[in-house]
Amino acid sequence: MSENLCLSVRDLSIAFHSGGRRMLAVDRVSFDIVKGECTALVGESGSGKSATALSVLRLLPYPAASHPSGQILFHGRDLLQLSERDMRKVRGDDITIVFQEPMTSLNPLHTIEKQIGEILLLHRGLTGAPARARTLEVLTQVGIPDPEIRLKSYPHQLSGGQRQRVMIAMALANEPDLLIADEPTTALDVTVQAQIIALLKDIQARLGMSLLFITHDLGIVRKIAQRVCVMKSGNIVEQGAVERVFAAPQHAYTRALLAAEPRPDPAPPQPNAPVVLQTDQLRVWFPITRGLMRKVVGHVKACDGLSIALRKGETLGVVGESGSGKSTLGRAILRLISSEGPIVFMGHNLQGLRFKEMRPFRRDMQIVFQDPYGSLSPRMSVAEIIKEGLTVHHPHLPERERDRRVVQALIDVGLDPATRFRFPHEFSGGQRQRIAVARALVLEPSFIVLDEPTSALDMLIQAQMVDLLRDLQKRHNLTYLFISHDLRVVAALASRLLVMRHGQVVEAGEAAELFRNPKTDYTRALFAAAFKLETAPEGVVAQ
Amino acid sequence: MDVKTLVEDKVPPQIEPGVPPELKPDLEPAGPLGLAGLPLGFEFSPLNVRRWRNFRANRRGFWSLWLFLILFVVSLCAEFIANDKPLFIHFDGKSYFPVFVTYPDTEFGDDLGTAADYRDPHLQNFLAEHSATVIWAPIRFSYNTINDNPPSAFPSKPTWLLNAADCDFAAKNGYAKCGTLEYNWLGTDDQGRDVLARLIYGFRISVLFGLALTIVSSIIGVAAGAVQGYFGGWTDLLFQRFIEIWTSVPELYLLLIISSVLVPGFFVLLGILLLFSWVRLVGLVRAEFLRGRNFEYIQAARALGVSNAVIMFRHLLPNAMVATMTFLPFIMSSSVMTLTALDFLGFGLPPGSASLGELLSQGKANVQAPWLGLTGFFTVALMLSLLIFIGEAVRDAFDPRKTFA
Repeated sequence: MSENLCLSVRDLSIAFHSGGRRMLAVDRVSFDIVKGECTALVGESGSGKSATALSVLRLLPYPAASHPSGQILFHGRDLLQLSERDMRKVRGDDITIVFQEPMTSLNPLHTIEKQIGEILLLHRGLTGAPARARTLEVLTQVGIPDPEIRLKSYPHQLSGGQRQRVMIAMALANEPDLLIADEPTTALDVTVQAQIIALLKDIQARLGMSLLFITHDLGIVRKIAQRVCVMKSGNIVEQGAVERVFAAPQHAYTRALLAAEPRPDPAPPQPNAPVVLQTDQLRVWFPITRGLMRKVVGHVKACDGLSIALRKGETLGVVGESGSGKSTLGRAILRLISSEGPIVFMGHNLQGLRFKEMRPFRRDMQIVFQDPYGSLSPRMSVAEIIKEGLTVHHPHLPERERDRRVVQALIDVGLDPATRFRFPHEFSGGQRQRIAVARALVLEPSFIVLDEPTSALDMLIQAQMVDLLRDLQKRHNLTYLFISHDLRVVAALASRLLVMRHGQVVEAGEAAELFRNPKTDYTRALFAAAFKLETAPEGVVAQ
Repeated sequence: MDVKTLVEDKVPPQIEPGVPPELKPDLEPAGPLGLAGLPLGFEFSPLNVRRWRNFRANRRGFWSLWLFLILFVVSLCAEFIANDKPLFIHFDGKSYFPVFVTYPDTEFGDDLGTAADYRDPHLQNFLAEHSATVIWAPIRFSYNTINDNPPSAFPSKPTWLLNAADCDFAAKNGYAKCGTLEYNWLGTDDQGRDVLARLIYGFRISVLFGLALTIVSSIIGVAAGAVQGYFGGWTDLLFQRFIEIWTSVPELYLLLIISSVLVPGFFVLLGILLLFSWVRLVGLVRAEFLRGRNFEYIQAARALGVSNAVIMFRHLLPNAMVATMTFLPFIMSSSVMTLTALDFLGFGLPPGSASLGELLSQGKANVQAPWLGLTGFFTVALMLSLLIFIGEAVRDAFDPRKTFA
């Protein structure tokens, strides 16, 4: 092994066993991580990138997982052959990991000091004042403001970005040789994502450690990595220096990934089309109650005086960081949560209508949710899921006609109608999202709320989804309310844009104009983070 | 291990191997019956096929289920196994079915006009003289038949345990001679009734009672939990406080008081026990509904305009059913136990009815007759163990981590 190699993975295979069957998830991959460099593993979900990274720390669910072949050489030792005891010494000390989900990777019952202190105690035997000093040092390193105060904080008192910083602080505490970052920014806002990427890049350069970065986002790879391995179906199809791979991709799959940017071709604004939906000073306030008598002491203003107007055939993109009230707006318009202020839909005020009175309108206004796994009932076949709306709104339709419409909706969203008797779990994420769109479409609505419909999908699938939505809009003259924090997707679809923060409109206007010429710092920060992964000056966006 | 053989069954590309396998979606293309893709209803969904396989994988639970079902079906036919009436009599060119029809003894040469007592030696002699064909059940005692020819004072030993001393004693004291005895496989109780016959009938009534109580209280409990969890807010708050007060009532004492006022019977007891047993599932189902009502597919159904009742029934109930099904065998075993306990204390089924609790209390009162207590103990222990084993297997079967593995 040459001197400047940090980690060398040789012919690594990973197999999962379940119920007597064995599936090969990773098939003889080899790659090296050079000391002080960042290597990125890129690929769609299911490509085996996370399994590869986890097997470096032997964190896979053994014995359900096994390694039919391969070596992972670290400091001349094969990690796969180490005893569990020796392995524990490596974990958290020489090699550390930061996971995707900052909400669940910290123990909610321990303070920040205790969580970071634990790893110091385990590997260095530090307690008391030295441990605290080191904890403060790493918290400062990862840019947590007021680290002394934060020592006593519990995870729920921190924002998502701060939690991820604490996770990174934990990973840095023992000055590891290798930090594995398993999609550390996927669950974060674009603005926070830019901050975390900048932080990782900075720390890696400062401490001279190696970084193994797992992601499905090529934009991040270009920003942070020196070397990249592109994975597909358990194989590394291409690896090399980032500049080389981006400039001259060899493999067809890499080229497809690079071309997977959503094609910007939004529906033009229709200033003369009839107004489909209009709200006037729409408010969604959640009361904060205190004390025994539940006295209302204040309100969380999720939506605070939003006035929007949406014309036929347009797409209104709603963007903003998380907690800005974009999803609340969508649900309030569909009257899935209660709100105040008129909601005028095709000339009828929906505000105050009872559940039954709402029903005739529901046929014309539909919603597609973010999570393709959560939004389909796992116990119903696809046909049943799509048919449900028809049963409610066209109860007298003959069964054959219903089936015909289900088939038509599936064809519309590009799925094979023969698959309609299968259950959702037999479909991939992108296919499920298509089913969710088909469920909305089958009622032939004129207005659809799209609540982050692409953010749970892989890049390639995202681009396809955007094409599908645009195509459907043209064919059926649909009106969309498109909610997303992913500005690249919004740019591809929205004819007009609404930038939200803290439940209020920061900026609104025609999308093309707004993208060209943002007026406020907040909007500019959002755009910079989304398109260039650049951080904004402090105070403009949430940390 | 040879890598080449593994390549063939490579993972389909849409599966994320980073997820531990227990969280992965079901990879199986279709159930082993090949019917999974067809809209044949709930039974054949791949999920349930997999559950059934998990259930079977727990061998102990699987065999417990079979054993329990066999015992239950056998005890359902108790009248054909242990009865003081013959199953069939062919006599004088006519066929009689005493199991189903009560015939007056005038049919068989007597003149009292009362219901025929087929164990009466008189009647038996008459039938023998007329060379009638008589088919008896294997055990010629019903649960309330008194053995008129015992080898000793009641309770008398299982017949096969009688030794020479017992026979001498019987001969000297005017009891039935050893050679002429009818077999009491498990002896008789202190009123001269055959223990095995009582056991079969007692088992049946225990299981039926347990089943009935479990089903009815589950229906009520699931409905109550569903309403609370789905609507939440004030409904939930008031209902929860009510349940807290209700469950703090000392159950057993109240049961004793009520059953000493009302004339106890199968349905009265069922009603009384129901008063308290329905709460057991409420918390569980409520939690499932509370969790489930925020799922996106519930939101999607609401956005489609599906009514609350349909959402609860079609979308949320199946989620809650997993928890419910897992609990059912345990609820059933505790129902059986409660009935046995009440019977043991004498507040259960009316006197004279076959009941395991009464058998146990006789065992306690007659320590010199260990066959009573031991029979009761082993029967109850076997029944409850089987139910618990089945419950464990059901729990395995519905374990989401195993189901989706």
